[in-house]
Amino acid sequence: MMAKISTTLLAATALIALAGCAKKRPAVLPPAPAEQATEVAPSGSAGDVDPNGGPGSDADFRRSVQSNTVNFGVDVYDIDSTARAILDSQVEWLARYPQVRITVEGHCDERGTREYNLALGDRRANAAKNYLVARGVAASRISTISYGKERPLALGSDEEAYAQNRRAVTVIIGR
Amino acid sequence: MTKAFLLASAFLLAGSAVAQQQSGAAPQPQTPAPAQAGQAAPAGDQAGGLVVDVEGGTSSPTPIAIPVMPAQQIVDTPAGSTDALGQQLSTIIANDLRNSGLFTPLPPAQLRTVTVPEVTAPAFPYWSGTGAQALVQGYVRANGDGTLTVGCYLYDVAAQTELMRQGFVVPPADWRRAAHKCADSVYSRLTGEGPYFDSRVVYVSETGPKAKRIKRLAIMDQDGANHRFLTNGQSIVLTPRFAPNQQSIVYMSYVGRVPAIYVYDIGSGRQRLVVQNVATTFAPRFSPDGRYILFSMATGGNTDIYRVSSQGGTPQRLTNAPGIDTGGSYSPDGSRIVFESDRSGGQQLYVMNADGSNQQRISFGGGRYATPVWSPRGDLIAFTKISGAFRIGVLSPSGGGERLLTNSWQDEGPSWSPNGRVITFFRSGRGGAGKADLFMVDLTGNVERKIPTPLDGSDPAWGPLRP
Repeated sequence: MMAKISTTLLAATALIALAGCAKKRPAVLPPAPAEQATEVAPSGSAGDVDPNGGPGSDADFRRSVQSNTVNFGVDVYDIDSTARAILDSQVEWLARYPQVRITVEGHCDERGTREYNLALGDRRANAAKNYLVARGVAASRISTISYGKERPLALGSDEEAYAQNRRAVTVIIGR
Repeated sequence: MTKAFLLASAFLLAGSAVAQQQSGAAPQPQTPAPAQAGQAAPAGDQAGGLVVDVEGGTSSPTPIAIPVMPAQQIVDTPAGSTDALGQQLSTIIANDLRNSGLFTPLPPAQLRTVTVPEVTAPAFPYWSGTGAQALVQGYVRANGDGTLTVGCYLYDVAAQTELMRQGFVVPPADWRRAAHKCADSVYSRLTGEGPYFDSRVVYVSETGPKAKRIKRLAIMDQDGANHRFLTNGQSIVLTPRFAPNQQSIVYMSYVGRVPAIYVYDIGSGRQRLVVQNVATTFAPRFSPDGRYILFSMATGGNTDIYRVSSQGGTPQRLTNAPGIDTGGSYSPDGSRIVFESDRSGGQQLYVMNADGSNQQRISFGGGRYATPVWSPRGDLIAFTKISGAFRIGVLSPSGGGERLLTNSWQDEGPSWSPNGRVITFFRSGRGGAGKADLFMVDLTGNVERKIPTPLDGSDPAWGPLRP
């Protein structure tokens, strides 16, 4: 599966800090009765090829592009002009590092039902992926995952927070 | 299930002083008892004087006396001494009946100490003076083989008649179930409804801030007792649902960072992946016969409903609209499926045949409709209505008779009690704490209460009545 967590990167940005660190949690939890595998935390912490943030790394990606995140309106998944500009900057960087693979994470605000939001997050991740592919990024380099409303970025229950949480995040996962 | 109840339905104690009165005078309840109704005869079968109306009963709950159950001998058992058990059993029975909203148990100060001989010969003049209309008496006995017998007797105080008697033989570890079975018998005999207290709830226990919420599967009795965690919280887990035989749970997990549905075996703790696929699978639910699992799969931004043998194998696609079709739930006879789809724009409810044919929209009100679940008695579909707030409601399978039962900021994810009279759901609060709790509401909407859980809770699923 995905490679190991980079602790350096985890400390590096607020975005990643919010994404959580699954591997640190279990100390306070009861013993695992059943689960075999350990989940890797979402949003950037998974398997960066270069934990020091060198060329081709997730840190380099986030420094180089307009944003790793595009946002969406309420219950929609269309790529608007702001999102297009952001994704174009991602395309440019991805063209420089043709071996790099990415995951696009789809997320929703909390004002949707759980299962519907899993489907809506999948739509958003795929909308971003489809745009990248249309701009020349090989589809084989891109995986998608939906987190529905399970991993919000902003914690409030207001429109400002919801707007931040309706998003697709491009994460570098390796070569 | 391994621990079957032995039901000695008559003559638990020799020399019943009260003859069972047979008269046809009782009003019949409006709603027929469901097919899976348990041991107790519904009110219509053995007509007694006292009937509790489930529709109107919540406005004036029936006063009921449930004195401490005496022990035939005070004996230490693995579940505690028999006299302490007698106290606890009566408390659990009282709590179950109170929680239904249809009964007001008398406060302990008004209860007299009942001796074993008095269990079958109630002091009716005393109970009349308390205002109680119904009386539940019983006893506890430790048997030579290590089991416990709990006797359970229901009386009509005004008519001075015995309405029902049941006996439950349980291993000591299951002593609470004897109380739930007794409460179920009383409830069914007086209301004509099916039993539901002896049942469990599986749900997602939650803790931590919203952005890194820790979620664990947990299981408990419907009253919150015997709580147990099933997973350790390393992976996000969502939407657990019982298999009809209650031996396993189907749910969704992000284990290994591949969101997919798993079947968890409660006895062994082992789990297995249901569908081998790179695509996201979610929204699982068993068919009523347990042979199939209904689920949703998202591929390339499109979500459709599939079914697969619960043993695994190749899934069969049931919907193919170019939108989000999810949240499938079978009718109790397995012939139809209710689901939600945004094919018309927003989320609405649809019913189709079990093979995917004849898809018909059934919800037409303002706002969106989501998370439909078919009642175990077939007469209603519960849903989440999104119209500003999120509220729990019900409507008929043909789409009529819509009623909203709750009114809060965000209520979501209904699941039916085994008798189709009560719905559990979860209620979320605003803000970063991400507070969420489990609730129950009855079909009148008048009786709503929080289910106690050690941490926060979401995605409750009510299991069938235990055998």
